[in-house]
Amino acid sequence: MQDKLNAIEKAALESLESVKDQAALDAWRVAHVGRSSPLMQVFSELGKLSKEERPVVGQAANKVKVALEAALAERTEAVKAAALAKSLEEEQLDVTLPGRTVNVGRLHPSTQQLRRVLDILADMGFQVYTSPEVESDEINFQMLNFPPHHPAREMQDSFYVEAGDPSTGSGQDGDNPILMRTHTSPGQIRAMREFVAMNPSDPPAIRIALPGMCYRYEQVTTRSEMQFNQVEGLVVGKGITFADLKGTIADFARRMFGQDVRTRFRASYFPFTEPSAEVDVECFVCGGKGCQVCKNSGWLEILGCGMVHPVVLQNGGYDPKVYSGFAWGMGPERQLMLRYKINDIRYFWGNDTRFLSQF
Amino acid sequence: MKLPISWLKDFIDLDGLTVEDVARKLTLAGMEVDEIHYVGLAMPDYSKGEKHEFKTTGISWQPDKLVVAEICEVMPHPNADRLTLCDLYDGTEQHTVLTGAPNIFHLKGIGKLEKPLKVAWAKEGTTLYDGHAEGLVLTTLKRTKIRGVESYSMVCSEKELGISEEHDGIILLADDAPTGMSLVDYMGDAVLDISILPNMARNANVIGLARELSAMTGRPLKKPTIQYATSGESIEGKVSIEITEPEMNPRFVLGLICNVEIKPSPYQIQRRLRLAGVRPINNIVDATNYAMLELGEPLHAFDYDVLTQRAGGRNVKIITRTAADGEKLTTLDGNTRTLTASNVLVCDEKGSLSLAGVMGGAESEVAPTSVNILLEGAAWNFINIRRTAKQHNLPSEASFRFSRGVHPTLAEMGVRRGLQLMAEWSGGAVAPGLVDNYPLPPKDVVVEVTPKEVKRLLGIQLSAKEIAELLGHLEFECSIDGETVTVKTPPHRLDIGEGVVGVADVLEEVARSYGYDRIPETRISDPLPPQIGNPVHEWEEHLRDLLVSLGIQEVVTYRMTSPEREGRLVSFDEYTRIANPITPERTTLRRSLVASVLEIAEKNARAESLSLFEIGPVFEPRKNDPSTGSGQALPNEPRKLALVMTGRRLASAWDVKDSPAMDFFDLKGRIELMLAGLRFTDIAYAPAALSAAEGPSYLHPGKVAEVKVNGQTVGVFGELHPLVKEKYEVGDQPVLVADFDLDALRAASPAYGIVPVPEFPPVFEDIAVIVDESVPAARVEELIKQTGGKSVSAVSLFDVYRDEKIGAGKKSLAYNLTYQSDKTMTDAEAAAIRNKIVKRLAQEVDAKLRS
Ligand SMILES: [Zn+2]
Repeated sequence: MQDKLNAIEKAALESLESVKDQAALDAWRVAHVGRSSPLMQVFSELGKLSKEERPVVGQAANKVKVALEAALAERTEAVKAAALAKSLEEEQLDVTLPGRTVNVGRLHPSTQQLRRVLDILADMGFQVYTSPEVESDEINFQMLNFPPHHPAREMQDSFYVEAGDPSTGSGQDGDNPILMRTHTSPGQIRAMREFVAMNPSDPPAIRIALPGMCYRYEQVTTRSEMQFNQVEGLVVGKGITFADLKGTIADFARRMFGQDVRTRFRASYFPFTEPSAEVDVECFVCGGKGCQVCKNSGWLEILGCGMVHPVVLQNGGYDPKVYSGFAWGMGPERQLMLRYKINDIRYFWGNDTRFLSQF
Repeated sequence: MKLPISWLKDFIDLDGLTVEDVARKLTLAGMEVDEIHYVGLAMPDYSKGEKHEFKTTGISWQPDKLVVAEICEVMPHPNADRLTLCDLYDGTEQHTVLTGAPNIFHLKGIGKLEKPLKVAWAKEGTTLYDGHAEGLVLTTLKRTKIRGVESYSMVCSEKELGISEEHDGIILLADDAPTGMSLVDYMGDAVLDISILPNMARNANVIGLARELSAMTGRPLKKPTIQYATSGESIEGKVSIEITEPEMNPRFVLGLICNVEIKPSPYQIQRRLRLAGVRPINNIVDATNYAMLELGEPLHAFDYDVLTQRAGGRNVKIITRTAADGEKLTTLDGNTRTLTASNVLVCDEKGSLSLAGVMGGAESEVAPTSVNILLEGAAWNFINIRRTAKQHNLPSEASFRFSRGVHPTLAEMGVRRGLQLMAEWSGGAVAPGLVDNYPLPPKDVVVEVTPKEVKRLLGIQLSAKEIAELLGHLEFECSIDGETVTVKTPPHRLDIGEGVVGVADVLEEVARSYGYDRIPETRISDPLPPQIGNPVHEWEEHLRDLLVSLGIQEVVTYRMTSPEREGRLVSFDEYTRIANPITPERTTLRRSLVASVLEIAEKNARAESLSLFEIGPVFEPRKNDPSTGSGQALPNEPRKLALVMTGRRLASAWDVKDSPAMDFFDLKGRIELMLAGLRFTDIAYAPAALSAAEGPSYLHPGKVAEVKVNGQTVGVFGELHPLVKEKYEVGDQPVLVADFDLDALRAASPAYGIVPVPEFPPVFEDIAVIVDESVPAARVEELIKQTGGKSVSAVSLFDVYRDEKIGAGKKSLAYNLTYQSDKTMTDAEAAAIRNKIVKRLAQEVDAKLRS
């Protein structure tokens, strides 16, 4: 009997060696440990044996059963592992195929740049103040110390608006024609008057940012636009100095253009500030070594600034003997053009999605 | 203003300063150098990676290769008629130099010259410009044979040396040019191209710039000494002046020089004028220009004999007056100009002679035959000159200066300098005296400043003495009394105001003289002002972010458009019109933001899919307010949001083919998400009332909806009307547009809170009902919500179905319902709610449950 069991075990283990997949495993299980397998036959025939033989054969048969089941488990693992290995090998993607996308929205580059500027200004305590895009000559020019026929007006050629009622004369000819604002500075007058109204006996200090669209009577070319954004910073208070202006601009420039950026203050002229200055930063394209962007000068002109002119303070309702202030203005589109070497300003309002999608 | 460094050196010692140093100092003080053009002097070497400071152009002359030499004899070329051979001496040895220069051709074969010709001589190996090439092309001089004669050097033209475009002849230097001297030492130069600011007209001349440089460097200004001999009869009594309007003409000065010989100016003068951008004409005209460039006073020279003739031999009387309307004058440029009453004329008793301060007249101009010259220096009203120059489109060196203000003091100084130069260059005799009519001297402005004001506004601590010194460098006359500096404006400036303005004007000069670069950088010590937010701006920025997160691209368009452009979409009765449009394409301010964004969609029509938005103002004209007299009302600038979507829903890809075109519900979905993002809960979509005149007739009547929040209309959206769409080149797919009134939307913004997350599990159930086509889905959903009350926490339509079994004119609407309770809901409770809902739907909209 022991021989028979040995033969059964040997034959089963031998046949298991050729088993390669789940179906063969199942067949093997039926054939060698199934109900009608030779081994099970031995168990079912135990009853026919003598009382003495029974436990001996039973134990021996059980041993074979355990051995075969262990072998089956081991083989099953091996077959699974082989199948997994095979499937892993077969399921190779072409990972160079493009991924699935979703539609992406973006802010217009001007909005992005305006935000960069306004975010920095907000950190520095400047709040956004907005004012109309169509303005009176009085607020756009006269209150800002551009008297009629002042040569400085030539720097800001204007679009005028026709009078609504022709009987009041054409828009350009009256004392106070209506025009498209040429800069955001009329907001200075509007803001100052609003702040004065809060406490006329002791007007509060001001620290605001004035963003918005401005207009100049200029042919649209690669370098000039009839419409452009501007952001201005305005500070008014009782102890504001030109040194504060320099410090604030230097702080702003470091935030805007990098911690190590060098700035240069040049004396300049604007009717609504005095002293006035233009600020250059060292060219961030070439680091000052000279390139196309800086026209080989090593410097980029980035903003105009100055102490608020006493006449402007006065027109805003602030006594220039007590208050002083400074303002500076810059153009987000110009900043973008310098930063990204954009050689055609018309891209901005052209809104070609092939341009917009690069931001 | 083009400033040759050599000219600047006449008035200030520049030893030890490089050209860049000079340019930097001027630039920082407000006289921005746009470009340095080298004409001989050594250019900085940037090859080692030094930082540039200025745009740099031009040429440097090699000191060992280009020298002053003299031509001793001009001999014929053996094989070429048009060429000559020059016997040239360079200070050490003789050379034979070949040239074709026409301006020495007449000396050919006359033997040894009595007076050798001084020339600029280039040796073998010199790098200079090719005189025959178009434009500026560098070339190096090589030994060669020309028509059988060996040539290894040349005598140069201005073009070859980079002085001007002139290549008609060689340069003939002054007789005293030292033979053998390096040319760069003799006349090497560099020209600074300087932008003159509107308030710095006083510096549009060499002395003005030298004065500034003197203040910035502390080096003394070498003022010119204007002295000349006079002879013959005095001008006084021969000529008289009548000024009819002193406001227009505060001063008029005349001088006389007799027996001049009109000829070219000395070479160095011509060279300076060319470098300064003025074409040399003859010694008399050159003298007026030279004096103007040097001092800043434009001068005008008359042929005195023409004037005498016009006066019929009597004394000449010069009259300045405003023109009669329609009066005519032929100016120097040969154009006859029709004048208006605001133009000022210089006349004699016979009629007009010149357009004051702008351009001379043709009849009395200096001619090659002129012998006696009457020289005018005057002061004019700058606003008037500016208008006149603009009116007649006559920008000139004179009108540039006069229209920015020239101090009347300079009129007399200019005339004397002009006479001095004319005498030197023409051999004429200056008549003694001047005729000077000065009815309206400008007020001497006096301003008081204190160290306290300097500290308060500039942030630097200076003593009264230091302030006076800084201003003294710019020729302000200062006197100190305790802590007060009394400042008197120098007699060449008109830009200093009075009172607080004057203080600011003077403080700017203190800051410039001190140096902007020396003023420290400080942080504002004033306390931070009250922080006041800008809710409109912040809300709009939030909305922008929201739209971007929904996959929509922002655009920013021109505010100016035309009724024709907008008219493709919509027309309005009134527009804010531009009085001086720059193009017929942009004559009005936009009234429809949608029209602007549609134009962008059209421009991008090649794109497979477009989702665009813009946020910005439109402009609604307002009637003038009669109560404010002529006061025009500014237009309203309401804020709008425009959305435009068209094209495929999904981008085509290797596994996405023929994605369907976006339709009404793609846009509506974005709008729903946008409104949800803005926290609106009370939102209704209703078919738009197209009958109303204000209705969006540009939308498809069956695919249009009004959006109401809190019961108020805030926008409209839908598919573009087929007839309107035809007018845009946007492809075949539907175009979806939305127009929102942001002021209304923002005003309706709700307060909102967060609802707690339910603790108990929800029960889900589907329910499908059959209703008439005419029943809006929103009505069914509303009834479910009403009936379910707070037990139904969510209703979601998941299917709309039509077929024959359901019947014509009917549709099936299938919903997922979510039941939620404050305890675990039983099936029986859920069934009860469901039955209530079904019953209600049957009652209200005749709905039948679909099995
Ligand atoms: Zn650069």
